[in-house]
Amino acid sequence: MPRFEIEVRVMPRAALLDPQGQAIEHALAALGFERVDGVRVGRALVLGVDRPTRAAAERDARSMCERLLANPVTEDFTVAVREAS
Amino acid sequence: MMRVAIARFPGSNCDADTLRAVTRAGADGYYVWHRETSLQGADAVVLPGGFAYGDYLRAGAIARFSPVMAAVRELADAGGPVLGICNGFQVLCEAGLLPGALMRNAGLAFVSRPVRVRVETTDTPFTLAYEAGAIIRMPVAHGEGRYVAPPEVLEELDGERQVVLRYVGENPNGSMHDIAGITNAGRNVVGIMPHPERAAEAHLGETEGAKFFQSVIQNLASIRGGDR
Repeated sequence: MPRFEIEVRVMPRAALLDPQGQAIEHALAALGFERVDGVRVGRALVLGVDRPTRAAAERDARSMCERLLANPVTEDFTVAVREAS
Repeated sequence: MMRVAIARFPGSNCDADTLRAVTRAGADGYYVWHRETSLQGADAVVLPGGFAYGDYLRAGAIARFSPVMAAVRELADAGGPVLGICNGFQVLCEAGLLPGALMRNAGLAFVSRPVRVRVETTDTPFTLAYEAGAIIRMPVAHGEGRYVAPPEVLEELDGERQVVLRYVGENPNGSMHDIAGITNAGRNVVGIMPHPERAAEAHLGETEGAKFFQSVIQNLASIRGGDR
């Protein structure tokens, strides 16, 4: 069965305050990167699955996000799937 | 005697204080380990504060899969009183037993200090011993206590008087509508960020928190009385 590598990106919903992003933005400004804005902090997860098709792997990954990896109230997610070589 | 279970997870750290507060209020309090599948005949259950599973992924996200949570859900579905304190509140939100979520504090800092809250409803098993509108002081100690929910949920919480506690004066975490605690539509599941068990004895500086635990015992006593 083909193996797929999945990368999940989970980000705080844009409308919600992201204090971590703000703090990092201030730190970047302190380093001299003053033209930086819109810093937000999320998390990335990588995992591998053995599934018959890419579509099945993606379906699984989305289900994982909806049920555990992302909080449906506060976070959005994206899923990238690629066949492992 | 009323039986009140304290559910312990790896990383719970307010379990002993909570057990003490429950016991002093007059209940038969006992611990239930998170691997247990039964609450051993509990009349009520408390999910204490701490950092269950190290808050991995998100606070409460992993704890909700513990076997004991199926028993907690069963009690909640049957109308039994369920209280989540701090991390316990986070677990109840993640488990879907309460609406909304708790995010990182707006000020970014971990806040650990007494705050003032108003008791917004006495129509829950954990607040019936208070006077409506009472303002009490209890400590908070959390890094992720900013309550957020979609506008329609906030509207419902306000409209149905499901906000249990609201910060007064200073909001320590930037929570929406100054929310410090809520209840579900059935009014038997309550989640709060402040720690009543740390404000339950004179030498702790505050005693008003004890009423959370006295309330649930009164509530259970009145239900049992009604059964006769």
